[in-house]
Amino acid sequence: MATETIGVRVPARSAGHDLRAVKIVLHREMLRFVNDRTRMLSMLMQPVLWLFVMGTGLGSLVQGSIPGVDYRTFMYPGMISMTVIMTGMFSAGSIVWDREFGFLREMLVAPVSRGAIVVGKCLGGAIVATGQGVVILAMAGLVGVPYSPTLLLTLLAEMFLAAFTITAFGVMLAARMKNMQTFFGLMQMAIMPMMFLSGAMFPLANLPSWLHVLTVVNPMTYAVDPMRQAVFSHLDVPAHVNAVLNPGVTWFGRQVPVLLELGVVAALGAALLGVGIAQFRRAE
Amino acid sequence: MDENAAVAVQGLRKSYGKVDAVKGVDFEVRPGEVFGFLGPNGAGKTTTISMLCTLVNPTGGGATVAGHDVVRERDEVRRNIGLVFQDPTLDGYLSAEQNLRFHAELYGVPKRLVGDRIRQVMEMVALWDRRDAKVMTFSGGMKRRLEIARGLLHSPRVLFLDEPTVGLDPQTRSAIWGYINQLRLMEDITIFMTTHYMDEAEYCDRIAIIDHGEIVVIDSPEALKASVGEDRVQIQTADDTAAIEALRERFGLEAAVREGAVTFAVPAGEAFVPRLFAELGMPIRSVSVSRPSLDDVFMSYTGSTIRDAEAGGDTMAWMRAMARR
Repeated sequence: MATETIGVRVPARSAGHDLRAVKIVLHREMLRFVNDRTRMLSMLMQPVLWLFVMGTGLGSLVQGSIPGVDYRTFMYPGMISMTVIMTGMFSAGSIVWDREFGFLREMLVAPVSRGAIVVGKCLGGAIVATGQGVVILAMAGLVGVPYSPTLLLTLLAEMFLAAFTITAFGVMLAARMKNMQTFFGLMQMAIMPMMFLSGAMFPLANLPSWLHVLTVVNPMTYAVDPMRQAVFSHLDVPAHVNAVLNPGVTWFGRQVPVLLELGVVAALGAALLGVGIAQFRRAE
Repeated sequence: MDENAAVAVQGLRKSYGKVDAVKGVDFEVRPGEVFGFLGPNGAGKTTTISMLCTLVNPTGGGATVAGHDVVRERDEVRRNIGLVFQDPTLDGYLSAEQNLRFHAELYGVPKRLVGDRIRQVMEMVALWDRRDAKVMTFSGGMKRRLEIARGLLHSPRVLFLDEPTVGLDPQTRSAIWGYINQLRLMEDITIFMTTHYMDEAEYCDRIAIIDHGEIVVIDSPEALKASVGEDRVQIQTADDTAAIEALRERFGLEAAVREGAVTFAVPAGEAFVPRLFAELGMPIRSVSVSRPSLDDVFMSYTGSTIRDAEAGGDTMAWMRAMARR
């Protein structure tokens, strides 16, 4: 080998260096996703099943009580959040996988901040999940939701926010987990009730008060409701039907504005991210 | 303490609850040398290496690596070291090159150097042709080679290899040693490695024998073997009795017939051979000089062979019991 050895001097830690770390962790997340066709397909199958099989079946049952609105149209925002949430959780779960297969160690011994790695992971999960959501967005026409550019952009932004928060939640859970089974067990336990209580599957109006309280404290409610509000604002629905299907969330009898709901989701995401980073700092 | 030492360790200790994994070790590794930590499994090798790599905080004592304190200047240390662990830490779903690129970005290797440097280290371990293959298709030896390449990617001043050849077949082991030796010629680097293979310790400039969390002795393999005892010389002659007599008379050596040859022990056996031919006064048909092995060294410093030390007391007791029957 005649070439001269290339000497590298690793630079001192800087914001630019941390940014590169964020980008490469994110990049890997995408590579992993794109390479894994099976995962992509299964993630897409689930909401399609819910929307077209469950939605159609249940829709025929409730047809009479919601005149003028297809039940699938009602379910649509819920299915977007469900897709995004499942994908985000799976991305977060890969941390446990990385730990089992040793790759996490490669990341944790690098001279970069733990924050950069966790942020990269959460952003990666959020982007992958949003990408999945885009596929569901593309199906809007099939369930009677118009392809309005403002609606699509609003949903995209809300999806990203929800995905980031849920990935941060997953990363926080995964920070100490040693094996995949435990993680997925816990994930099921956390996700199922949150999903049921979020208004993704049934409207949150006229619920018994104990159930209503649970839906109000469920953080996922604040991710689903803005999407539903956005969808319904682009539909032509009679006022009394809108009141049943799209009641919004109320705190002490007052309607919570969409921006505040999004603020709740964002604040929660930031807090979970903080906890996740702190856990990785401690876990030496 | 030498300011220029690649690794300087003073009174380094680590306890896990009541168990003292490392009981206060002191040593220095000089720049550019290959320094080996030799000991049975569970002797404290990995714990020591983990403390030096800033992965585990010491219970007591301290250490500097490339001039930086392993507790207070963790990032500085990490920038200056390369790590190859016992267990693989590669992403099997990424290609070999993608794994290295990930590392380069994470370590902040200057962008204009990344491509060339990746090619250089991959060529060094003869994996450049396989750069686009997914790592999960690699054999154990290829993975280890890729990890060594990755450990070198950011031109570390000290490369830590924790049992770099464990679990590999003999051919791959010798190939890996080939790369390590080549590496010393090409890069300005210090290598710190652990091993429990005696034959591999021979490649080191100096070795520290560690047992039960303590360093028993540190020296070059040559000096260690010399310290254990004299070389063994065996000669074949036409008349063994006369030869033994002649050895006693002319050199004052006690010889005996062992394994069908006249056998005796002298310090610096190779230097003795010319004198032997000149002064013995009788024809010698063949001669062989053998040095004490590192096994002998380990045995003499720790009182057990490395295999027995690994087998543990219970197994030994059982084997003795079996032998008595």
